[in-house]
Amino acid sequence: MNDGNIVEVMELVRRFDELVAVDGVSFDVKKGEVFGFLGPNGAGKTTTMNMLSTIIAPTSGTALVNGYDIVAQKNEVRESIGMVFQDPSLDDTLTARENLEFHCVVYHIPRSDRDSRMREVLEMVSLTDRADDRVQTYSGGMKRRLEIARGLLHYPKVLFLDEPTIGLDPQTRNYIWEYIEGLKRREGITIFLTTHYMEEAEHCDRIAIIDLGDIIALDTPDALKTQVGGDIIKITTDDDDAALTELHKRYPDIEMLKDPDCKLCFERERGEEFVPELIREFGVRIVSINVHRPTLDDVFLKMTGKEIRDESGDRKEAMMKLVGKMGGPPRR
Amino acid sequence: MEEETATEIKPDEPGSESAEEYLHRTSFERSLTGVYIVWLRDFKRFWRDTPRRLGLFVQPLVYLFLLGTGLQAAFKVFGAGDTKYVTFMFPGILGMTILFTSVFSAISILWDRQFGFLKEILVSPVPRPSVAVGKVVGGATQAVLQGTVLLVLMFFPNIFGLHWSTLWKALALIPLMVLLALAMTSVGVAIGARLKSFEAFPVLMNFILLPLFFLSGAMFPLQGLPGWMDILTKLNPLSYGVDMLRAVALKGVTLTSTTSIMSKLPSGVVTKLQQNPDVVAALQKVFPKMPTVKTQIYPLWLDVLVVAAFGVVMLVIAIWQFSRQE
Repeated sequence: MNDGNIVEVMELVRRFDELVAVDGVSFDVKKGEVFGFLGPNGAGKTTTMNMLSTIIAPTSGTALVNGYDIVAQKNEVRESIGMVFQDPSLDDTLTARENLEFHCVVYHIPRSDRDSRMREVLEMVSLTDRADDRVQTYSGGMKRRLEIARGLLHYPKVLFLDEPTIGLDPQTRNYIWEYIEGLKRREGITIFLTTHYMEEAEHCDRIAIIDLGDIIALDTPDALKTQVGGDIIKITTDDDDAALTELHKRYPDIEMLKDPDCKLCFERERGEEFVPELIREFGVRIVSINVHRPTLDDVFLKMTGKEIRDESGDRKEAMMKLVGKMGGPPRR
Repeated sequence: MEEETATEIKPDEPGSESAEEYLHRTSFERSLTGVYIVWLRDFKRFWRDTPRRLGLFVQPLVYLFLLGTGLQAAFKVFGAGDTKYVTFMFPGILGMTILFTSVFSAISILWDRQFGFLKEILVSPVPRPSVAVGKVVGGATQAVLQGTVLLVLMFFPNIFGLHWSTLWKALALIPLMVLLALAMTSVGVAIGARLKSFEAFPVLMNFILLPLFFLSGAMFPLQGLPGWMDILTKLNPLSYGVDMLRAVALKGVTLTSTTSIMSKLPSGVVTKLQQNPDVVAALQKVFPKMPTVKTQIYPLWLDVLVVAAFGVVMLVIAIWQFSRQE
């Protein structure tokens, strides 16, 4: 095993009867990085994570987690990892504190550390006041927060987060991300998460894009975006026709996007450097310039030819707009 | 993270066990911790579920006083004399309570699966056998508590009465209940460990439990049975469990008063009747002596041995079943 890798996945396959949920994926996760699995629901994210966390056995292939084989050394793997599930896994009849105490005991957190750890995580998810109430009295969001708090309670070598912040308000989501990043810095733990939120994927050091049980791309968010293409620059001027002529004269390679709503839209590498150069000696008065960096939405769309399915309506709308913007000749 | 280097561990400082020390704990200790925490959680859940506790307490009372009293009265139809049927049934009801509470406690595994908590347990480093044993001990604890509450009834005048001997019997019954409860909870865990469907559990349980229960001699004496049924009762491990409880509870108790019909008649009538033996014979034919109800079928050591052996086998199966689930 390579020293720099904490997870090494080798040709992992999982079938459920006829359905091939994970179809021979291989990848490595480096020690100390935040690694994201991005893909739509049903892409095989959770199945892969369940195999890596020893909950289900692979049909074929294997993986090393913290140097231990997920098939042959299940218990060593379990000692090395923490897991936050997508579905609820709390005991409703116990209080939040009792749920956390259970976790402390099963993960062998030293007795002297238990109180401070529990205080820390309860504080993070703002549940300190409700710590001694039974979980059955909690709202859905509170349960979710407690669940995450519990997953972070022991400082595992690898922390698996399955859709960690689904259904949480943006403020809590930010808290949790701050805490995760702090934990990563302080404890040097590796974080492996699945998400279908693009914004969340941006927090990752590296992302694997998974669809239909297969990894279709794996790189840093920036590199993935670069693969999609350059920045999209949108200019409005006093005289668009004159501006168009000037643009073509100065940059013969420039190609306007075929977007009826936007006459002066084009793609350019390193837009932030291009814009100052452009306006330095531009003959036509520019009213506004907009530089749009490609997002992972664009990446996913480009890779799979479809949008990430998302439950929230306004996000869908935002995506639709994006698709409109990108309509035009296939780039690269 | 400073504690990571061995030199910085201060073992003399009380109450500060470093992560390093924890890692070096023996796996045996960890297994025990696992059993303890699984047990503790199940116990808390049980203790907070008041309706369940009450329900489990009321059910045996219904059996004992309504069914028992009815049967006691019915026995009079069969012959002269009295059978202390409620007393006879008491150890059987104790066995029944242990059986049902023990086996049904394993439904907690299905609840845990349904509500996701099982995943939290299964992904944790608690050894699977520890979880299985924790579940067994947890269910057995509930069953023994229920049984112990029932022991109070022993002091009722129509059962054993308020005597010192009743107290000694009650105390002696507790370890036997523990043994039976552990064995029967293992049956439940073995079945519940891999069962996915909620609906199947009660059906399957009744399919297994009711025959076990009826063939155990808890409700009626295992005497004068047809041959096939006699064989089944001998194969039923619960027969030995009930017999074991009965051996202790009914020690020194005569269940049947074997008086003949003659003793119920006024002495003048008896003297006159005895002059005519034919009439006496005819009378005793019509009112036969009450059949004697045995207090014990097998020797106590055999009962304990069979229950213990059955328990060990079921526990092994329970652990095996639990360990191979996904």
